[in-house]
Amino acid sequence: MMERKTKISAENGKQELVITREFDLPLELLFKAYVEPEIVEQWMGTKVLKLENKKHGAYLFETSDPKGNVAFLASGVIHDFVPDEKITRTFEMENTPFAPQLEFLTFEKLTDHTSKLTMHVVYKSVALRDQLLQLPFAQGISMAHDRLESLFNNLNK
Amino acid sequence: MNLRRDVFQAIADPTRRAILLLLATQSMAAGAIASNFDTARPTISKHLQILTECKLLRQEQNGREIHYHVNAKTMKEVADFIEPFRQMWDERFNKLEDIMKKYKA
Repeated sequence: MMERKTKISAENGKQELVITREFDLPLELLFKAYVEPEIVEQWMGTKVLKLENKKHGAYLFETSDPKGNVAFLASGVIHDFVPDEKITRTFEMENTPFAPQLEFLTFEKLTDHTSKLTMHVVYKSVALRDQLLQLPFAQGISMAHDRLESLFNNLNK
Repeated sequence: MNLRRDVFQAIADPTRRAILLLLATQSMAAGAIASNFDTARPTISKHLQILTECKLLRQEQNGREIHYHVNAKTMKEVADFIEPFRQMWDERFNKLEDIMKKYKA
């Protein structure tokens, strides 16, 4: 069984959550993965149209579905940017009913070869947080459902 | 598969969540449940029907009345709803780690 490195803390009735993850990477490399557009593209699976790593900077990501159609644009502004330490930014999925969220990213050195990321996310409401938390579950269910459906459709042919 | 999808839809509704909360500590008859809400009685009945159909609640005959209980087993599954969200981030971060390990090399 794989080690559960990523932890989510989401208390009932609160409009925030905290994601923590420890990496087998030096702090500088972890931070670089958030800064270099071509690296962000690789692990986020998104196209980086704009990424200004500075206070008052902005970013714009374009995410496509597996068929290559644009699924959504994610954008935000950067409120604070301290290399190897923190990024404070907003995050919004454009053209969706979801209100923007505020993200506090903290980067910490654990040892020379390990580091830790803490992502504190604040949502507009408790209901919105819960809805977004459940989104991957809902998508998983609907995808599994679609797969089953197509399987049955093929069997019936 | 359909069952779990219904569970998700069931708890997405604020009134139904309030009903589950109300029944968390005690079983109640439909009338008593409805008296806790401003919503029309038939609406509450409909909510109870949905919650029962997806097995979040179970009914028990109590004399002439039907009492509603929270089904602990299904509620446990609801607690696991956060797991796919965690997995999504875990996969993303695993990828980040793999990429940066190669970057170093």
